[in-house]
Amino acid sequence: MPKGIWIFVEQAAGKIRKISFELLSQGRKIADQTGEPLVAVIIGEKVANLAKEAAEYGADKVYLLDSPQLAQYTTGAYTSVLTKLLRNEEPQAFLMGHTALAKDLAPRLAQRLGVGLASDIIDIEVNQEKFLLFKRPVFTGSAFSFVEILTKPLLATVRAKSFVASEPDPTRQAEVIEVAAEIDPGDLKVILKDVALIVTSRPALTEADIVISGGRGMKAKENFTILEDLADVVGAAVGASRAAVDSGWIDNQFQVGQTGSIVAPTLYIACGISGAIQHIAGMGASKVIIAINKDPDAPIFNVADYGIVGDLFEVVPLLTEEFKKLVNE
Amino acid sequence: MNIVVLMKQTVDTEAKIVLNSDGKIDTNGVTLVINPLDEYAIEEALRIKERLGGEVTIVTLGGDQATAAVRSALAMGADKAVQINDPALGEVDEGMAATILAKAVQTLPHDIVLAGVMDTDNGSAQVAVRMAEKMELPSISSVTKLDIDESLATAKRVIDGGLATLEVTLPAVITVVQGINEVRYPSVAGIMKAKKKPLTVLKLSDLGLDASNLAVQAKVLKFTLPIPRQGGKKLPGEPAEAASLLARLLREEAKVL
Ligand SMILES: Cc1cc2nc3c(=O)[nH]c(=O)nc-3n(C[C@H](O)[C@H](O)[C@H](O)COP(=O)(O)OP(=O)(O)OC[C@H]3O[C@@H](n4cnc5c(N)ncnc54)[C@H](O)[C@@H]3O)c2cc1C
Ligand SMILES: Nc1ncnc2c1ncn2[C@@H]1O[C@H](COP(=O)(O)O)[C@@H](O)[C@H]1O
Repeated sequence: MPKGIWIFVEQAAGKIRKISFELLSQGRKIADQTGEPLVAVIIGEKVANLAKEAAEYGADKVYLLDSPQLAQYTTGAYTSVLTKLLRNEEPQAFLMGHTALAKDLAPRLAQRLGVGLASDIIDIEVNQEKFLLFKRPVFTGSAFSFVEILTKPLLATVRAKSFVASEPDPTRQAEVIEVAAEIDPGDLKVILKDVALIVTSRPALTEADIVISGGRGMKAKENFTILEDLADVVGAAVGASRAAVDSGWIDNQFQVGQTGSIVAPTLYIACGISGAIQHIAGMGASKVIIAINKDPDAPIFNVADYGIVGDLFEVVPLLTEEFKKLVNE
Repeated sequence: MNIVVLMKQTVDTEAKIVLNSDGKIDTNGVTLVINPLDEYAIEEALRIKERLGGEVTIVTLGGDQATAAVRSALAMGADKAVQINDPALGEVDEGMAATILAKAVQTLPHDIVLAGVMDTDNGSAQVAVRMAEKMELPSISSVTKLDIDESLATAKRVIDGGLATLEVTLPAVITVVQGINEVRYPSVAGIMKAKKKPLTVLKLSDLGLDASNLAVQAKVLKFTLPIPRQGGKKLPGEPAEAASLLARLLREEAKVL
């Protein structure tokens, strides 16, 4: 008896993350194809109100693990409760976003369940035998591998923006099942002391529709304000190349690339970035790429849909003015 | 402090990837390196040793060619190495690698096990955490700052939108990210010394394992190469003209603004 396509609905500070809407929407399509229910799992404290939203994005059923012990993510507590739930309910598949949280949780969970895991996948092929095939970038994005998971539940973590979130349907309802959070004491060996979030008015890099990044061509920390000015006109996130991060101009967590965040916005603007393979691995899937670089031979132009050969200190402020005009139109 | 570092040899991220006639990744002629994220783990291990004393042992699972990466790690300053190299192994998935590495690490004294958060070939970010689970050890992933005070480790872990501070009593597994330190280059003296440092090569049977009992759970069916993205147009004219043209194209042609 098929037990459904399950989605881990990740929340932060009581808000469902965008990736989870993408997964629910795609999960709905897969469930319709394989004739199974779509099931959401929500973990946290005081998160019951999120079940309705999960239903609107397609969930037929919602498992709710709501407990003060689950208020903040810890590997042990989440692994403990999810292992029990997945062992009891035996879903076909359990999909998570490839977020910082799941990068830590998924391998721990997979190993405890004794199953395979396809991480950082970008596509799912549904085949007749109700079997899902996972596509993932490997070798710095220079190749793709297609992975079959031979164990159940099929576990996968999915890269942000691989799928499109559909419009929520406010009339949709889901059955909500509350599950008691039983955490094995042995799973509480790591103690969370503190969580420090960077306060910013800008969207998260992986969630933003527009990302504007600066590289070594920015020349100094204070010059990033010209990118911030441009970003704020269109509600964009600001990112950076590793050279800019290594120079200490911007915090580590704004690095785009293989060893930073992987982004796929509708619009990516690279300013003073040469276009190294490790940078492209992190933004090459963007819908439209713009390069602003004074070197006409910079490799970034090979992947850019539109390029401006010029001095970014001249071009970026002009672009800010042009974008302002567009936004005000 | 007995420090174990999990290290994998990987393809240089700059390498051009091609497929061979079997549709597999062709590693002939490509430069092989220490997985860049494991270099940070090795560096962190050396720094812990410099502060607290002890020994750094490299553990790797890989074929004959991986010995070169082991020697590089020893040249950086690690004391000894264990390489599991068994021709009986075919395709190895993350769960298998974790099982094998766990057996090997269990034979070594280990107060702390350091690893990279992911290997740049496979990008899966699984093996070290799986190994921790297999060994029933706690783990902290994606660590950007690590302090050790006697048997207490305090780590800053990168989370979405910020940093979390976590504490764990050793032994534990810690995976590290770029930014935790700056990796040293091996000195000439280090390279010379590395040649004489102990490297133990083990077969699966030495670990009480048998290839026929290790099953792949995540099977790679095929590889493909991406279709390269095509470069588009460079916009002509003075900066002001180009900027204005770009804004118009983004609205009217690309329809993204
Ligand atoms: C294992 C590994 C992982 C890596 N991971 C990442 C990663 O995640 N992300 C990442 O970005 N890099 C990564 N790198 C580094 C990568 O190889 C490059 O070194 C880096 O991306 C270069 O950054 P950049 O383009 O800003 O600098 P540069 O390559 O120095 O390019 C600067 C560019 O700015 C242009 N420029 C200068 N002044 C101006 C101006 N006034 N106006 C316009 N243009 C100007 C120049 O023409 C040049 O093209 C990694 C490397 C390795 C080995
Ligand atoms: N074959 C291997 N030998 C030794 N360590 C490995 C091996 N594979 C993975 N690791 C370790 O596990 C980390 C995560 O790798 P992965 O799960 O493959 O992305 C790597 O950075 C290494 O530290």
